[in-house]
Amino acid sequence: MDVINQPLPVRQLEPGATLTVRRPLDGGTAQIRLLEEAILDTSFVSSSTERHVVVPTLERMRVEELSINYGQKPAVRSVSLPIRQGEVLGLIGPSGCGKTTLLRSLNRLTELTKSASLIGRVTLDGVDIAELEPTALRRRVTMVFQQPNPFPMSVFDNVAYVLREQAKRKPRKMSLRPQVEEALARAGLLEEVRDNMDHPALRLSGGQQQRLCIARALAANPEVLLLDEPCSALDPQSTKVIEDLIVKLREEVAVVIVTHNLQQAHRIADHVAFMYLGELVEYAPGHALFGNPKEQRTREYVSGAFG
Amino acid sequence: MSRTRALESSSSWRWTDRLGLAFAWLVGLLFCVICAAIVIYLLVQGIRYLHPSFLWTNPKVGNTQNETGGILAPLLGTALVIALAMGIATPVGVGIAVWLSEYARPRQLARVVESTVEMFAGAPSIVLALFGVILFRASFLGFLTEKTGGVVYGKGFFPAGAMLSLLALPLVVTSVREGLQAIPNHVREASYAVGKTKIATIRRVLLPAVRPDIITGSMIGAGHALGDTVIIVILLGDTYILQGVGHVPLLGTLRGTGDTLTSYIFDNAPTGDLNQPNKAFAAALVLLVIVLILNVIVDIFGRKARELKWT
Repeated sequence: MDVINQPLPVRQLEPGATLTVRRPLDGGTAQIRLLEEAILDTSFVSSSTERHVVVPTLERMRVEELSINYGQKPAVRSVSLPIRQGEVLGLIGPSGCGKTTLLRSLNRLTELTKSASLIGRVTLDGVDIAELEPTALRRRVTMVFQQPNPFPMSVFDNVAYVLREQAKRKPRKMSLRPQVEEALARAGLLEEVRDNMDHPALRLSGGQQQRLCIARALAANPEVLLLDEPCSALDPQSTKVIEDLIVKLREEVAVVIVTHNLQQAHRIADHVAFMYLGELVEYAPGHALFGNPKEQRTREYVSGAFG
Repeated sequence: MSRTRALESSSSWRWTDRLGLAFAWLVGLLFCVICAAIVIYLLVQGIRYLHPSFLWTNPKVGNTQNETGGILAPLLGTALVIALAMGIATPVGVGIAVWLSEYARPRQLARVVESTVEMFAGAPSIVLALFGVILFRASFLGFLTEKTGGVVYGKGFFPAGAMLSLLALPLVVTSVREGLQAIPNHVREASYAVGKTKIATIRRVLLPAVRPDIITGSMIGAGHALGDTVIIVILLGDTYILQGVGHVPLLGTLRGTGDTLTSYIFDNAPTGDLNQPNKAFAAALVLLVIVLILNVIVDIFGRKARELKWT
């Protein structure tokens, strides 16, 4: 049994191995059994963030042979990969490689683009997402965007908006309060906004706005959280806060993050998918993809040869 | 807005550039002087009758300007007709703007609606007034004005308000549409991405976001309608006092004819029927102040709209 909050050498862990991990949320410890083989590289573990603590995984979504075209132009070519709760999946690749399109197809936002056509299958808990009502699917697979985009209303209403039925206005404001506070707490924003929940959300700082958007996405109690370059418009300080948050959230939801920032993918992603020209070139655990890429194109990209 | 001052002296300028700069200064100052002259002249001419009671006495028949009362009826008439016009133009304008910006299908129809709105923006109000005269004399619209023995009078607040609303409509549409188009698409998608429908997104996200634009557009539209005289003279009846029809309090007044500040000024101008120039100048000052207040409101909400926005 290993306690992994001290520097340890790189080690291979067999499936079925039990280890004690420190829970980032409350600092307590939990015992977990590994479902699959894992490599623990503690050189990533910074004493302050306790990243790369292994948590159990559970497959929520599966992308099967998915191809997406915009008109005649292929954007995603026959991609297959699993999306698991308990880990952060990082999508990396140069601009136009299809990673954002892939992300948007997971909650059928691609359908908003008229010319987009889709071949293949994406399942959520074993059910083809094409068979789900888009609005129902999007409550289970929510998304946070590159630019912080709180709605032009109060902090409270931004979260409550998600909890209310469609266009309804203000049913029982007080009754929604516990749920709103819970969502804000999960996004690590509650303490900062507790006293000014009625202030316009657009008055918050960029980093706070983005965490509000995460709170909004969490309010629906999704199974999967999609993040499209959530830190690219933020300063390093806010980026760190959000990265820490993402690492915590992977225990409760499956997290998929598109990022241009390779260091960020390295820091927070448990599995990384490298895409190039619409193809999935390599899918591997983060440390393997960055430390020892199998494909030539991955090696060139992560070493900065292109992209 | 602050501009960086160029660190250079104008001594090295070519004479044509200096002339250009001098011209820009000259016309800028000239414009201010002309405006100031108008306001001062209005003040000098109208100040004698610009007494508080001028605002709350009705116009009366009299031989000299001292006996002809105030502008209560035109003031009320202005408020009523503008309220009516904006009560129509604002919801209709917002609806058109939302449809044009968020739906616009089929595209051909959208293009037709768009050019129609643009055409109305440039339509001379006399054309609208003329159309209004024909329209509101139709017997099926007789309930909106006075109807005696099968003949529809066709003049009153409803016809004037309806036609004025067409004058204000394009300004509302333009303002709201620009506001909607300034909302980045990812804001709409953020709403869809938490499972909201398009209707919910429009009602709960987009419309609150363009509230300042709705107010600005309505105020600009109201300012435009406020200044119109032709529609008022032709369609409101230009009757100097509010002449209600029937006994229902507000509805009766609206069905009846009346007067506004512009038609009051028109009638009292030296070329008008009544020729009481000082009264006209006093009323013109009041009108100017109202327009000024509208502009201040536009300014405040315009600033508010720019203040809280996405990147």
